[in-house]
Amino acid sequence: MDTLVAQYSRPLFENEGSSQEEQLELIQTLPPLSLKFALPPIAQPSAFLRATTDDHSNPDCPIKIAHGTTTLAFRFKGGIIVATDSRATAGNWIASQTVKKVIEINNCLLGTMAGGAAGTMCAGVTPQEGPALYYIDSDGTRLAGNLFCVGSGQTFAYGVLDAEYSYDLEDEAALELGRRSILAATHRDAYSGGFINLYHVKEDGWVKHGFSDTNPIFWKTKLDKGEFSNVTSELD
Amino acid sequence: MLEAREFPPIFLCPVCKAPQLITSKYASTFLFIYQPPKSCQEVLLGITGKDFTLIAASKAAMRGATILKASDDKTRQLNKHTLMAFSGEAGDTVQFAEYIQANAQLYSMRNEADLSPSAMANFVRRELASSLRSRKPYMVNLLLGGVDPITDKPSLHWLDYLAALAPVPYAAHGYAQYYCLSILDKHHQPDIDLERGLELLRLCTDELKRRLPIDFKGVLVKVVTKDGIREIDYDDSKQVQSA
Repeated sequence: MDTLVAQYSRPLFENEGSSQEEQLELIQTLPPLSLKFALPPIAQPSAFLRATTDDHSNPDCPIKIAHGTTTLAFRFKGGIIVATDSRATAGNWIASQTVKKVIEINNCLLGTMAGGAAGTMCAGVTPQEGPALYYIDSDGTRLAGNLFCVGSGQTFAYGVLDAEYSYDLEDEAALELGRRSILAATHRDAYSGGFINLYHVKEDGWVKHGFSDTNPIFWKTKLDKGEFSNVTSELD
Repeated sequence: MLEAREFPPIFLCPVCKAPQLITSKYASTFLFIYQPPKSCQEVLLGITGKDFTLIAASKAAMRGATILKASDDKTRQLNKHTLMAFSGEAGDTVQFAEYIQANAQLYSMRNEADLSPSAMANFVRRELASSLRSRKPYMVNLLLGGVDPITDKPSLHWLDYLAALAPVPYAAHGYAQYYCLSILDKHHQPDIDLERGLELLRLCTDELKRRLPIDFKGVLVKVVTKDGIREIDYDDSKQVQSA
């Protein structure tokens, strides 16, 4: 009986911390193959993590939501053009340059995404509605329209798009205008960049027109057409 | 709850990074209402071409929620071939612009020669830089357009209230930057003539009318050429069609 009582009346924290054997074991075991953690390649990872963590204002959402992006979609006689950049940012950190911001919902419906709280767009052709374009955002706004740009680079895209937009654009001109508008935004907005993702939604479904690097497109546009005259191409 | 060292709460304008006065609607709950500063809503545009520099400035003089005047001239002529457009804090703008204007004219009288536009830009930059480091800095953003009297080369200088100076082929201040720079990136060429320059300006002002939720009451347009500075009759009564 005494042994039984002793068994259940040990001090509460007797086994807290590691025993002598356990400590020895910890010291003697071989280290794993690499002691290095994957850390962001910056001077102070801890400060960086602090800056990108937002548990103070919203405990449910410990990582700050990235807002930087540029997406656009517009309706024209040949269907709908959808174009996006591909950069993801967390504060000043470029987290990715190869994000797919166009969601292929099915063979005739596309969605775009822009950050966490910003708006999205839905583009599709249905037999009932014809070509339809909607802007939706996290506040609950839903707008049908001909032309929308969303994200931190939206104003730059609007500038180029509005200047030459017309419902009667030909397919090639419409694709080029969509591409050029995203290029404009990636040039001026630090939070947009990477690749231009281009889609054309037609009556019989969408067609993808590439996921193309902005850098060669920028230099080709500048050197062949003489645009971006504020950027120098000489090295001296 | 704000920490002690966060007092007073400092809020930076997302456009110009200028510290803003915050109006608290419910002082006890720290719910702050952000109002875009007036200087961001004022439109300043500049475009250079092969033999001219165009300067456009919005005509609305705003204070609080009121437009006090719809025919305001936010430009000052510094000498025969240099024009300065300004936006920023009420009072500071005209005070600083006329101080620069007076000194430019004094220089011309003393030396019987005008300061070139780039020399003028560097003088203005120095004045702004020393003001920035004083007890009460001028909060003024500027565009300096001119044509060099010796080389006849047009030039445009962009200056902000932090005394950053940049010579550029085209420029804007405030929210106008966000809509117009991408348009000018695409359509501007260094060798354009005045007619084409005005077409580009039309693209810019149409876009501002279409997308800016502010009525800036149109723009006052002036052009600098080797013959001097003149105002251009610019019709902006037309309603802009939206997509």
